[in-house]
Amino acid sequence: MSRFFLKLDNRLLPPILITCILIAAHLSFGILEAYERTALAIVTAIGAELALGRITYGKWLHPASAYISGISVGILVRSPFLWPYFFASLISILSKYVLRLNGRHLWNPSNLGVSAVLFLAPETVSLLSIQWGNNLWPMAVIWLLGFVIVWRVGRLHVSATYVVSFVVFALIRSAITGNPWQATLAPITGPMYQLFIFFMVTDPKVAVRPRWGQVVVVIAVAFVEMLLRLNEFIYAPFYALFLVGPSALLIEMAHGAWLRAQGSRLKQRLAEP
Amino acid sequence: MVSMTSMTGAGRQRALWTLWTLVFIASLGAVVALNRSTAGSRRSGADTDAVARHGFRLEESARRLGIDFVHQGPTFDARLDHIMPQVAAMGASVAVGDFDRDGWEDLYVTNSAEGSLNRLYRNKGDGTFADVAPTMGLADVNRAGTGVSMGALWGDFDNDGYEDLFLYKYGRPELFRNDGGRTFVRVSERAGLPQWVNANAAIWWDYDADGWLDLFLSGYWAEDIDLWHLKTTRIMPESFEYAENGGRKYVFRNRGDGTFEETSAALGIQSRRWTLAAAAADLSGTGYPDLFLANDYGIAQLYTNQSGKKFVEVGTETGVGRTPKSGMNASFGDIFNDGRLSIYKTNISEPGVLVQANDHWVPKPRAAGAGLEFENLASTLGVDLGGWSWGAQFGDLNNDGTLDMYLVNGYVSAGERTSYWYDFAEIAVGHNRIIADASNWPPMRGRSLSGYQHKRVWINDGVGRFTEVAQDVGASDTHDGRAVALADLSNRGALDVIVANQRGPLLVYKNTVSPGRHWIAFDLEGTASNRSAIGARVEVHWSGQRQVQEVSGGSGFSAQNQRRLHYGLGSAAEVDVVIIRWPSGWIQTIEHPRIDRLYRVKESR
Repeated sequence: MSRFFLKLDNRLLPPILITCILIAAHLSFGILEAYERTALAIVTAIGAELALGRITYGKWLHPASAYISGISVGILVRSPFLWPYFFASLISILSKYVLRLNGRHLWNPSNLGVSAVLFLAPETVSLLSIQWGNNLWPMAVIWLLGFVIVWRVGRLHVSATYVVSFVVFALIRSAITGNPWQATLAPITGPMYQLFIFFMVTDPKVAVRPRWGQVVVVIAVAFVEMLLRLNEFIYAPFYALFLVGPSALLIEMAHGAWLRAQGSRLKQRLAEP
Repeated sequence: MVSMTSMTGAGRQRALWTLWTLVFIASLGAVVALNRSTAGSRRSGADTDAVARHGFRLEESARRLGIDFVHQGPTFDARLDHIMPQVAAMGASVAVGDFDRDGWEDLYVTNSAEGSLNRLYRNKGDGTFADVAPTMGLADVNRAGTGVSMGALWGDFDNDGYEDLFLYKYGRPELFRNDGGRTFVRVSERAGLPQWVNANAAIWWDYDADGWLDLFLSGYWAEDIDLWHLKTTRIMPESFEYAENGGRKYVFRNRGDGTFEETSAALGIQSRRWTLAAAAADLSGTGYPDLFLANDYGIAQLYTNQSGKKFVEVGTETGVGRTPKSGMNASFGDIFNDGRLSIYKTNISEPGVLVQANDHWVPKPRAAGAGLEFENLASTLGVDLGGWSWGAQFGDLNNDGTLDMYLVNGYVSAGERTSYWYDFAEIAVGHNRIIADASNWPPMRGRSLSGYQHKRVWINDGVGRFTEVAQDVGASDTHDGRAVALADLSNRGALDVIVANQRGPLLVYKNTVSPGRHWIAFDLEGTASNRSAIGARVEVHWSGQRQVQEVSGGSGFSAQNQRRLHYGLGSAAEVDVVIIRWPSGWIQTIEHPRIDRLYRVKESR
């Protein structure tokens, strides 16, 4: 079993983990109000990815990434209607084809899709904001599995840095607001953060290249989240990642362009007689 | 600026990018449009002539009727001061009953501050009411050390023809025997009621159909908690969605001699969920009442009655108890006029924060031998978004022949344009060691929590759609509504609306119905069945339609409608037949009764 696990295609690990989390959480705590909503989100994401990939690149893309986007939407979005699930997934996948720079998409797809429907449809959409049960053990298992998988895919430093940053900033928030530190720490014990920590901040497609840069960016995400929380944004982590992630990428790209320009200028100067 | 990984020509890639960008923008636009249409389509436009358009108009008339009651909330242990508005957020209730048998519906309303007085408003029949609670012995029931009122119910437990009163409290539950409509005598000890229950829900029912009314009583907080003298601050729900550390349930079987025996364990009704509302009706078609519980911080529960001997919890199997929400209301209505009672349960919806949406559980058609199953059609019907919803009641407000709904809402209206929602949402997702301890909860500091909300009045078009008309018809208050009850206070064939508000005034909305809309009503009295006829099922057939209602021993949230059953008939000039199924199982029919009148029907073969 462990050999199978170690040999498994890394692309399949996150989808397997998130599916296990979903199934376990639903069987234990009934987190899904209706299967069809989650199914719609997944089918929409995969369908859009296959269609857009085929038309744009002329090939069938691996559905693992779209599956994660779809299932994240299906778990995170809370609405009595079907359409938010469809559009959150569609917007997530479309963003990969529209909001691009230098061949890279800028936003984590589900982060963008979820933030968009939340921002544009506040009367009918909210996010998962509940516990999955009130027992420590399911939470501990998910955290453990999550950390093992982000370690396998080389993103442990990102998740771990975020957790430490959140705790530090939560204590600072407690000192500023006068609220009990238990209350400011409480969100990270909920499932919304498990999805955020293991599947959103770790997205390699929208991360800066150097490891130290990834650490700095994730600290910045936690910092901006703190600022948003001090201003009572309930879904602060999503908005923080929405703001910081692409900004970091743009800075990295601009810096790369500047270095390239400097290099070519230097070359030019050296080439001059 | 924008580049695509080139697989074919750059021109084609640019064209595709343009196309996807347009689809992307259109998707964002669709989200905005759908949000607007979904939230907005439930409301009709502003209307100056509500009677002409919707068939009725409501006018708040409490003071004109002589009713000047303002609810006072409780104040608990000082260690809860920082969150007092949210933990002391219930207690306003109303129960409708004709305690003196004069043919006019009276009102009992509860107060919840220590030392405050409850009111019994006697309907004088001349369009005014008078508080007779002090002389009847029903006023001074909130003395320090005995707890404070949370709700009350009328029911003739001794079958003497006069409605008795059961009072449930955060404290000592009380039973008052009605002595011929002249006074009330406290009989709690003789009845065998427990010393202390922190209850928010109760109903009268005759679960074993023996002709004597039984009681169901449900704790909210655990019964070992004295909210005025806390031993610990670890009293809060252990989870926002999965809490099972609430109060226990009680079933008091009426022995028929003025005493009750507690039978919940023997019947299989054992739960520690935080129940806020209970209602009973024959949902499974056995002739016995089933029990539905709307639970805060968790899933709902449905107990099916096994011939009065046992109950089986079937919430998961039937669908009503699969998703945990914040249940606050339980009421039944035959909204399609097809003889099936659906269940309406309210929850929390706060834009941009938490959209649990209310549930409207409609029974699926059953094949022979198939089990009971429900589907949630609240969104399809348009009755899902009601704010922080509390009590709701079905009733034909415009006498058009279909059941409409009145819903009250609003949790804590404190500082305007302030909100405690951020802090509430932050702690609510926390682990049980955090959430269960009141000392970990952020202080409210005078902020509102889903306050100043507009009520919902949904009128039923009869073919599967409800339209929200509250502002049009005059239901414009923004108090923190808790209980709502419907009753024909003037015996003129129109359902008036009585609303009990937390720390707010008791409102009475007098209803003016469009002329030319007919009605029929039935006041039942059991003989072999319990005398209040609670559980009797009346099916009215007219113009190819049939509507079922059951006499209720309490429904909604902390409320009791009039026991009288009211049916709107629209423009129909006659009723074909009325079929009454008594709790005893006897069937009685009335052929072609005259319309626009109240029938007083006594159980007979």
